Amino acid sequence: MTYIRPKFRHPDLPKNDLGYTTKEYEGSLSTLCAGCGHDSISASIIEACFELSIPPHRIAKLSGIGCSSKTPTYFLGNSHGFNSVHGRMPSVATGANMANRELTYIGVSGDGDTASIGMGQFVHVIRRNLNMVYIVMNNGCYGLTKGQDSATADEGSKSKAGSVNPFQPIDLAGLALELGASFVAQSFSGDKQQLIPLIKAAISHQGFAFINVISPCVTFNNNPGSTKSYDYVREHIESTGKTDLVPEKTEILTSYESGTGTNVMMHDGTYIRLEKLASNRNPFDRMGAMNALQNARNRSEILTGLLFVEKETENLHQTINSSDRPLNTLMQEELCPGSSVLADINDELR
Amino acid sequence: MPNSKVNNFVIRFANVNGTGSASANYLFAKAIFRMGVPVTPKNIFPSNIQGLPTWYDVRVSEKGYLGRREGVDIMVCVNPQSMPDDVRSVRSGGYFIYDSTKALHPELIRNDVTYIGMPLMEMCLREFTDPRQRQLFKNIIYVGALAALLDIEFEVLEQLLAEQFEGKEKLIGLNIKALKLGVQYINDNFSFPLEIRLERRDLVGDKILVDGNSACGLGAVYGGATVVAWYPITPSTSVVEGFETYAKKLRIDPETGKKNFAIVQAEDELAAIGMVIGANWNGARSFTATSGPGLSLMNEFLGLAYFAEIPTVLIDVQRTGPSTGMPTRTQQSDILLAAYASHGDTKQVLIFPSTPKECFEMTAESFDLAELLQTPIILMTDLDLGMNDHMSEPFVWDDNKQYNRGKVLDAQQLEELPRFGRYLDVDGDGITYRTIPGTHPTKGSFFTRGTSRDEYAAYTEDGSVYARNMERLLKKWDTAKNIVPAPVLYQSENKSPYGLIFFGTSTYSAEEAMDDMEASGIVFDAMRLKSFPFNKTVEDFIHSHEMVFIIEQNRDAQMRSLLINELNVNPQKMISVLNFDGMPITAQFITSQINKTLSPAIN
Repeated sequence: MTYIRPKFRHPDLPKNDLGYTTKEYEGSLSTLCAGCGHDSISASIIEACFELSIPPHRIAKLSGIGCSSKTPTYFLGNSHGFNSVHGRMPSVATGANMANRELTYIGVSGDGDTASIGMGQFVHVIRRNLNMVYIVMNNGCYGLTKGQDSATADEGSKSKAGSVNPFQPIDLAGLALELGASFVAQSFSGDKQQLIPLIKAAISHQGFAFINVISPCVTFNNNPGSTKSYDYVREHIESTGKTDLVPEKTEILTSYESGTGTNVMMHDGTYIRLEKLASNRNPFDRMGAMNALQNARNRSEILTGLLFVEKETENLHQTINSSDRPLNTLMQEELCPGSSVLADINDELR
Repeated sequence: MPNSKVNNFVIRFANVNGTGSASANYLFAKAIFRMGVPVTPKNIFPSNIQGLPTWYDVRVSEKGYLGRREGVDIMVCVNPQSMPDDVRSVRSGGYFIYDSTKALHPELIRNDVTYIGMPLMEMCLREFTDPRQRQLFKNIIYVGALAALLDIEFEVLEQLLAEQFEGKEKLIGLNIKALKLGVQYINDNFSFPLEIRLERRDLVGDKILVDGNSACGLGAVYGGATVVAWYPITPSTSVVEGFETYAKKLRIDPETGKKNFAIVQAEDELAAIGMVIGANWNGARSFTATSGPGLSLMNEFLGLAYFAEIPTVLIDVQRTGPSTGMPTRTQQSDILLAAYASHGDTKQVLIFPSTPKECFEMTAESFDLAELLQTPIILMTDLDLGMNDHMSEPFVWDDNKQYNRGKVLDAQQLEELPRFGRYLDVDGDGITYRTIPGTHPTKGSFFTRGTSRDEYAAYTEDGSVYARNMERLLKKWDTAKNIVPAPVLYQSENKSPYGLIFFGTSTYSAEEAMDDMEASGIVFDAMRLKSFPFNKTVEDFIHSHEMVFIIEQNRDAQMRSLLINELNVNPQKMISVLNFDGMPITAQFITSQINKTLSPAIN
């Protein structure tokens, strides 16, 4: 693979509201295996941020350790990135978010990084409803250490070497729902049509937004018998419906049949438009989402799309009543009480 | 000649934990402090909430010695569980004050100790009806009795109660009633005051009585910390509680009522330090506080912060390890763990406060140091300093002092820069320029990672680039030597072949031991360490003495190891004085240990 990315871009590349093309949202050339699902997710993140016209430098991208956690190098080159330690991206994201509530935080993790060593931090960042997007690139295996089963590998899934996983999988989307996540979606790296709007909606959501993306590992877990292979996922995918994010200024045109769609207004004035919802699916019904997910699993299907969203949600800054201004912009005059206050404190201690 | 029994004794209270004794005992200590007499209270408590023995030692010292002293002159024992041991620990000629509601077992009678029995339980049952009051006021009654026995000014006690229960007149009245019951009982039954007693002095000056953890919390408010992440662990918990208490008073936005700070109680220490690193990376001053087991858990992240060069402030309130050890007892035993925290080649900056005043100013200063050096700063305090009240110089703040945020490029500077190199040593001091996320649309972004990278933060596995970066980190370490707090020398020029080195809470007792030994004809030079890395003064001090005693509170002579490892010094002349039983070190212990080495030579 070449490491030289051509600088040339088509002169007529479409521009967003900031006048940027997707070039301003790209990162370095990926060093992942050709065909890796993760690269498609990176491309979807680039497209989603471009379409939302977010200034790249106002995004912070964070990750843990593993193949998936390498991807922030490959998207949003003009954003600050932080490749932290294994399974601990949520804590770094929490601290960063506390320091500056105005940036957009995109956390990227894998099934090894999240469902094993990072499980504690994953569940607690959900509990706190931190305003961030948390994407798991879920391939059911440890790619960077050459293909060991991960905790999301399905029971009975066969590895490339032929061994069958005897353990129950951890269902991250189901867990997120159970824990009270305020936005839960599931998707497939091979379905950008679905994934891009989901990422856009997740960014617009002003609380914790979780997207579990099945992202096949072409090198170690794309074999027959694997339940995380491209072929298997394509055959077993089931969508909750079509999702789109409509910008604030766009007039909402009902392009779907009456009774089959829902518009979800987000805090920033945008709408998530859900079309062709499966019958008796309500995106505001947590219990319903949990049931639907479990039922799909019982049928060996993978339910994708927006599973649940909480319209009115209180994120961590709101919960702890911290300043509306980013804490990292407060100056010494506002932070340091000075010597006269200290004299009073000394007096109280005498 | 002054009476050696006036303003010069140790009193120990033996209580059951969870009975409200700590506040009564504090009232006693504070009253002595208010009488202008130097006082050192120490709470010796179990890792338990209710029902186990707990002790509270108060040393009163006319000479102003603030270290712990062995030997109990007066024992106030209201805990039958510990009574046999408590009787044994009284010095010959001392006093044993006890609850005589139940008669003492004859085996507990010593003929070299004076017994003062008071039917505390009986008095409480008679005078109070509420069960909780019956328990609480038992403690206040003995404080009243002590006021009579030791000549504590009653008005001082009244004043302290009035301050403590301001606005709760009924409580003040009840407490004063209990105090008077104690006074009355002594009046009616004993001759007083005792030979051991108090006299008002003017030896306290403008000093304050405060614990080190509150001082650290306040220091963090003054140092500009805005993001605090933590996980509860004794004995560090009250650092963050202290921060919160002061921040709630001093850091509320007057217009919105919102907090100009964020405190997150993390799920564990791993997350706490991760949050601190994330916040500092994003330009907020942020810290956490923990103790040994937490420091162990934080090791991986401390390596990341060292290598990725992220300012981080960590307060380690050391306790007795290893593992859970004795979690409510003191030690200085995390030194090596902290100094080389993490895998790979790491060295961490350590700061050693020894008084609450230093806890305050060194915590505040740690934020400057962390941002100047772009590395973790670990403040090494301990349970004794953190959780006990100490008589300390008052806190001082210079309003002209501006926070030093270190080398941070703003949008304008980035605009003017041809190319930003996050790890490019522009100034030759090993400290590079950083940017805060969100600063400039196209310049200044970089990827922070624990993997090796070049001067422009690009990922690389090129060994020579890696080595170059590691060498630069060492250069930064050399720069740090002249930035971190310098050691304190006790003499302008050497006057002895013997040197003492100590730090942190060993200081009080080391100073007292020096006085004691000087009185017996042995003079020492002394140096108090305030930080790691060690500068040249430290090396020179060791070189210029034939024998150097290193006083520390751990088994393995960790500071000695660090000195030997980091400096070109002869280990054979480095003699350890090691106290590690979980109790604060005493002057007597230091003197006896040093005498063991020196006596043959002197003889």
